[in-house]
Amino acid sequence: MRPYLREKAPAAFDEIPEFPSYEAGFLTTKNAGWRNFRPIIDTKKCKGCMQCYLYCPDGVISEKDGKAAVDYDFCKGCGICRKICKFNAIEMEAEI
Amino acid sequence: MNALSKDEFFYGHKACAGCGGSLAVRIALKALGERSIAVLPAGCMSAVGFNFPQLCFGNNAIISTFAGTASMLTGIRAGLKAKGIEDVQTVGFAGDGGTADIGLQALSGAIDRNDDILYICYDNEAYMNTGIQKSSLTPFGAKTTTTPAGKNIHGNMRPKKNMFEIAAAHGIPYAATASVGYINDFISKVKKASGIKGTKYIHVIAPCPTGWGISTDETVEIAKEAVDCGTWYLAEFENGEFRLNFRPKEFSDIGEYLKKQSRFRHLTDEDIKIIENSRNAKWEFIDNNFKK
Repeated sequence: MRPYLREKAPAAFDEIPEFPSYEAGFLTTKNAGWRNFRPIIDTKKCKGCMQCYLYCPDGVISEKDGKAAVDYDFCKGCGICRKICKFNAIEMEAEI
Repeated sequence: MNALSKDEFFYGHKACAGCGGSLAVRIALKALGERSIAVLPAGCMSAVGFNFPQLCFGNNAIISTFAGTASMLTGIRAGLKAKGIEDVQTVGFAGDGGTADIGLQALSGAIDRNDDILYICYDNEAYMNTGIQKSSLTPFGAKTTTTPAGKNIHGNMRPKKNMFEIAAAHGIPYAATASVGYINDFISKVKKASGIKGTKYIHVIAPCPTGWGISTDETVEIAKEAVDCGTWYLAEFENGEFRLNFRPKEFSDIGEYLKKQSRFRHLTDEDIKIIENSRNAKWEFIDNNFKK
């Protein structure tokens, strides 16, 4: 489980909580727009060591079929994963 | 890595790209698991984690007053006890300012009462959230907006406060230093702390690309280099004894470490010599007083 995007953000006055508490892991916006560079994983080179997953400040890398996979909705493109990868399996591609 | 929960408990947050503090919080929560309540005072991690309706913590999390991280942890622990709940961790994440300056009194009180809490200080060495003002954990020579580098005064003139040994001096059951550059060491310390009754304090170095003047992909490297060049160290305090976890065979070049960061770029060779001498004095103390 991880916090996930909801279909609808509370907007009307009666949808705003009366007390300062609310459901945990309630996301309404993506972070994808922050990104200047997008990490691309070369699945041929990726050994599935998952060091990139370990060091990702945003936790957007997960294991899929024994390889690393990026959630581009929330990746900010910091590039830590590229530097951590010992197998040069990650490249940063400019966002257009 | 197997010690970590597969779940993410800090996700979709609005921290800057490459933020070391968010890495520390994310990893600590994965080590503690879902049954943990996090307390976050004013600081980067509460500012980026709770932007209603964007709520980025997957477990229970609450914002405390700036000074009250430790006292809120105490209260939550007391509430859990009253309810008969025993399998929940209470963990606080405060920055360097929230720990060494503003929250020190509450932390000291909690350690004194030996409340069963885990307090993690993610140290990015200045008040980064409000725009890089000096805290008492800002190291000597660092340029901040309140300690600018000029012709006569080269940034911060005061050394970094020794929070680890201050916590230890209380006779705390467990205290440790860590770095996000040595993440496995940090994970094992969080795990170890979670199994100890009483107050636990972990001080983790978490570089800030914005405030340190490094690029966003250098966070982990620079956190590792801080340990390798000897300006930071990995140690534990337990049963009244200090123990060093790791000693670099040979220190890497301290000048190189400093010059990579724009907050230190103004330093003269003499300034670097001062930093090198204080590092050597610190390590002499460590060698004489810490177990290996």
